[in-house]
Amino acid sequence: MSEDATATAELKLPKDVAAEKGMVNVQIDGKWIQVPRGTRMIEAAKMAQKEIPHYCYHPKLSSPGNCRMCLVQMGMPPRPAPGEDPKYGEDGYQEIGWMPRPVIACANTVAENMGIRTTGELVEKTREGVMEFLLINHPLDCPICDQAGECKLQEFSVEHGRGQSRFKEDKIKKPKNVDIGKNIRLDDERCIMCSRCIRFMDEVAEEPVLGFSQRGTHTSVTVHPGYRLDNNYSLNTADICPVGALTSNDFRFQMRVWFLKETKSIDLNCGTGCNTVIWTRGNEIFRVTPRQNDEVNSAWMPDSHRLAFHQLQTDDRLTAPLVLKDGKHVETSWLEATAKAAEVLAMRQPNEVAVIASGRLSNEELYLARKIAGALKTELLSLVPRVGESDGKLISADRNPNTTGASLIWESDDPGAKLDAIREGVAAGKIKALLCLGEDLLEEAGFKPTHLKKLDHLVVTHTHANPTAAHAAVVLPGVGFAEKRATYVNVTGRLQRTNQAVIAPGGVRDDWESLACLLAKLDPDYEVPASMDGVIGALGGEIEAFQGQSFGKIGDLGVQITDTGVTIPLLEQERARIASGQIVG
Amino acid sequence: MAIVKVERPKLSAGEKIYFGAILKGMVITLRHAFRSLAGKSTGAETLKSSGIGVTMQYPEQKWDDQMPEYYRGAPALVTDEQDRERCVSCQLCEFICPPKAIKITPGEIPSDDEWAKVEKRPKEFEIDMIRCIYCGMCEEVCPEQAIYLRPDYAITGTNRSEMVHDKKRLYEIGGKRVGLVNKWNELK
Amino acid sequence: MDLDLPFLIASLIKIGVFIGITMTFVSVCVIFERRFSAIIQDRVGPNRTMIPLSILGFKKDLALPIGGLTQPVADGLKFILKEDFTPSYVRKFFFWLAPALVVVPALLTMAVIPFGSPMEIGSEYIPLAVADLNVGPLFIFAIASLAVYGITLAGWASNSKYPFFGGVRSCAQMISYEIALGLSIIPVLMFFGGLNLGQIVDDQVANGWLLLPLWNEGGLIVTPGYWADPGEAIQRLLLLVPIVISFVIFTTSIFAETNRMPFDLPECETELVGGYHTEYSSMKFALFFMGEYAAMVVGSALIVTLFLGGWSIGFGIDQLLPTGAWWVSLLHLGVFLGKVTFFILFFILVRWTVPRFRYDQLMNLGWIVFFEAALINVFLAALVMAYPSLGLIGVLVGFALLLTVTILLIKIAKGATGKPSVTAV
Repeated sequence: MSEDATATAELKLPKDVAAEKGMVNVQIDGKWIQVPRGTRMIEAAKMAQKEIPHYCYHPKLSSPGNCRMCLVQMGMPPRPAPGEDPKYGEDGYQEIGWMPRPVIACANTVAENMGIRTTGELVEKTREGVMEFLLINHPLDCPICDQAGECKLQEFSVEHGRGQSRFKEDKIKKPKNVDIGKNIRLDDERCIMCSRCIRFMDEVAEEPVLGFSQRGTHTSVTVHPGYRLDNNYSLNTADICPVGALTSNDFRFQMRVWFLKETKSIDLNCGTGCNTVIWTRGNEIFRVTPRQNDEVNSAWMPDSHRLAFHQLQTDDRLTAPLVLKDGKHVETSWLEATAKAAEVLAMRQPNEVAVIASGRLSNEELYLARKIAGALKTELLSLVPRVGESDGKLISADRNPNTTGASLIWESDDPGAKLDAIREGVAAGKIKALLCLGEDLLEEAGFKPTHLKKLDHLVVTHTHANPTAAHAAVVLPGVGFAEKRATYVNVTGRLQRTNQAVIAPGGVRDDWESLACLLAKLDPDYEVPASMDGVIGALGGEIEAFQGQSFGKIGDLGVQITDTGVTIPLLEQERARIASGQIVG
Repeated sequence: MAIVKVERPKLSAGEKIYFGAILKGMVITLRHAFRSLAGKSTGAETLKSSGIGVTMQYPEQKWDDQMPEYYRGAPALVTDEQDRERCVSCQLCEFICPPKAIKITPGEIPSDDEWAKVEKRPKEFEIDMIRCIYCGMCEEVCPEQAIYLRPDYAITGTNRSEMVHDKKRLYEIGGKRVGLVNKWNELK
Repeated sequence: MDLDLPFLIASLIKIGVFIGITMTFVSVCVIFERRFSAIIQDRVGPNRTMIPLSILGFKKDLALPIGGLTQPVADGLKFILKEDFTPSYVRKFFFWLAPALVVVPALLTMAVIPFGSPMEIGSEYIPLAVADLNVGPLFIFAIASLAVYGITLAGWASNSKYPFFGGVRSCAQMISYEIALGLSIIPVLMFFGGLNLGQIVDDQVANGWLLLPLWNEGGLIVTPGYWADPGEAIQRLLLLVPIVISFVIFTTSIFAETNRMPFDLPECETELVGGYHTEYSSMKFALFFMGEYAAMVVGSALIVTLFLGGWSIGFGIDQLLPTGAWWVSLLHLGVFLGKVTFFILFFILVRWTVPRFRYDQLMNLGWIVFFEAALINVFLAALVMAYPSLGLIGVLVGFALLLTVTILLIKIAKGATGKPSVTAV
């Protein structure tokens, strides 16, 4: 029996072996590989680690196949004559008959025994021709174009172009420097009509305001009459634009991209925690762009969140610890400020002191906040909830980036529940001392100045000078999202991390460090760990969900540590489109 | 070919004493000494000697008229026939500059400007002449033919900030340069 | 004990004047060195130091047409005003002591050099030497060899590898060449029969310079008076052979003793950065510099005194001048300084002509060539001098013996230098 089985296996042709797994055999540049049935040729080539240059194709968008850059040579086995059996070679494959004309790789799917050539004279000639046509009306204003350096037109014309133009006629003039939306600038001369932006606005942003007008060489991208590209996802069109036709107003002429250093991070403006890349030069952030993570934000990001980094680079950042002396805040040393903060907090009875943390704090800071509350023996520990409305795409209703982390670490279902109790306690004068971590109580938590005046002592940590800090006895400066390594848990329960992209002004201490030092003053048994990783280690030791996690283990894409049942609407929409075969995904 | 063994020369008894060679050497050095005192050193004439040796006495004598057009002195920005600043602040020179002497702050040309269609120009353009090594990479890399190394070689200052050439100073040194490729002059 | 006040005052004045002369010569050496090397290399050299009156509030600096003669002043000012940096890891006491130990011996040795003919003041003849010692050359060798302590200490106290190498090299080099130095002047001392430099010069005034025996008490060589005693005259001329050998060895050894090119291996830049003074800066470095030049001045003075008649004008002219007149003394002083200057220029010329030796070559030259040559030279001189008492046969036999020994020595030396394994240090 077993011998028979072996014999049959030996006789099985590659196509049958593949078919059992739902795969097909494809020969790419002379090498046979198995790819899933229905894969686009461009994706199959990617699996074989062969690059096919392309402009219009984007895995998250539909494939119209209009740039023609991905033309490759395709071959299929000859169709057998009626009654003739297919001939298989010694390796079990049929001979491929190559087609004399190229086909686009982005919109065609693979088939059994198909051959693809991504190189060769035909393909190279074709690409050269396509490049030449694309460049005919291109203004070649790379020196002033923001896309220069990350421009696919530059890259492919170097790689696949012919080096010089044979076009002697006048170039078509089209509108340049067109204001089409508050965040986006359009330059039609640079456009190569790939229609990625049109498809994005149509399919992902679901606000189809862009389209082509005119015909032939005069075709140009425009907003439909009476509309503007003011969608909150409009900057994604600048990201996906392979050339400099759509550029960001915010980043316009700020810096050439080749000077910028990329730091992988996440967005902290809502519970989704979009994965981002922070682009910096020196100690300055120039832009934030989305980073693909199919479990969080696909490849997109809302404009409002990516432009939020400007808040970090303002003049009112706190750069040194302050203590109140004779009614005035004076700069002091960390040692003195921490000692003073510990002193004013520790001299209270357990229920005369409360801790208000922020949902924007990282897991480590929330953990230390809980330990501080424990050291002060107070039950009054709360977040400031920040609830808005979901935009049905990427912006979560919970505008705190780490509410999930807080519930896990504080082991409470609603970490913001006690805020009202604290506020009433302060208003009633029962609470004498308050530690406020990274929040503006007046603006965000419904406190009134009269409430704060009733406090004997207020200790505040914050990145910026704010009205609450004005009432504080001790102010400890904090660092912003791009200035620290930290971990967060997003609304779906995914543990993600930020990396340090810039140094905080004044060389301010990391938040975990200032909290750990404060904790060490309050609790003599507590030993300040040597680095942030020590805090994660301690956190993992106490909270089950974080067990065994470390900063390195989280990785760039994060890990799912719990399931909250919350979903991200945009991902749901994307999955539906993948299922229906509209996009590759 | 690979290895050539070089024999030490065999010296005769006279040569071994070395005094002959040393005396010969002294004659040579003395001849040089007297000839340079007389201003008759080899090449003194072509090198515009000041009268002693072949040296030119710098502040009094200068070789400006000998300076070739391609001399690599101070880098400077130039304007075109219409007095438009050629630089569009693409920052390629800043990128290529080996000692990182160039610092450009790009800026947008306001829409009411005559040259608004160029869109971009340097808001600030600084070359730190203390850092500059006069390599000419900036000139070579410039896609707009906007930066040139001029024959100015006496770049001095009494403090560090004076040695940082700002945009105004750079255009002062560079001046106007005509007859270059000028794609921005096309009609639109 | 009686306090000889006039002697004391005269000595103090002489000390002041001679130190002044030496230091002036040091700075003159520097400017000579720089300008002479410049013209050798077809350059100009420092030629535009001015007197910076403008810092005193004047409108213009005073530019004198003296071709940069004030350059040493500027150099000195620079050295004084520069930061005196002492590395933290040095042995402080010795680090500070070393430069002084280099300069002081060099200046001390000037004490016994007669700068001019004795001057008659009042009724006393005052010799123009600070100390008219009877062991002049010995004193010089004794004191000058102390300078090696300075250099070796500098090398050791710097607590750094290159200075240490420099110090060790200097030590070995000085010791090696002192032997040749001492041996080479034995024929000279044998000839003079005394060690008093003043008397040596007086002798040369009367009997012709050691290297130029062109006159004697009888008169110039062209006059019959010179040949009054033909045997003695011929013997004197024959003596020139060992004396020239002495002169060559002595001069070369002085080069080595003063660490001058081509023997400046203790401060050889290509190998040792700056040698023993690598870690020194400002005035402490300047002291080494001064020490080296002062040693050069002393060396030149010694050569002039021993071989070239010291302050004497020669050719019987000295005898025609009135003894003890102040202007004669000054004239003699000028002649002496002129001769010294000539030698300094010679030192400089050699420096810019001859490339630096390798260390093993230096050691070979010192131990295998000069040491033996000086030894043989002593016997050669003795033979020539002993001619009257030994007679012709004795001299010839002695000469044959000496020749055999010499050839034997050359054979042995060849064997020693032929092998590359025998390289000193």
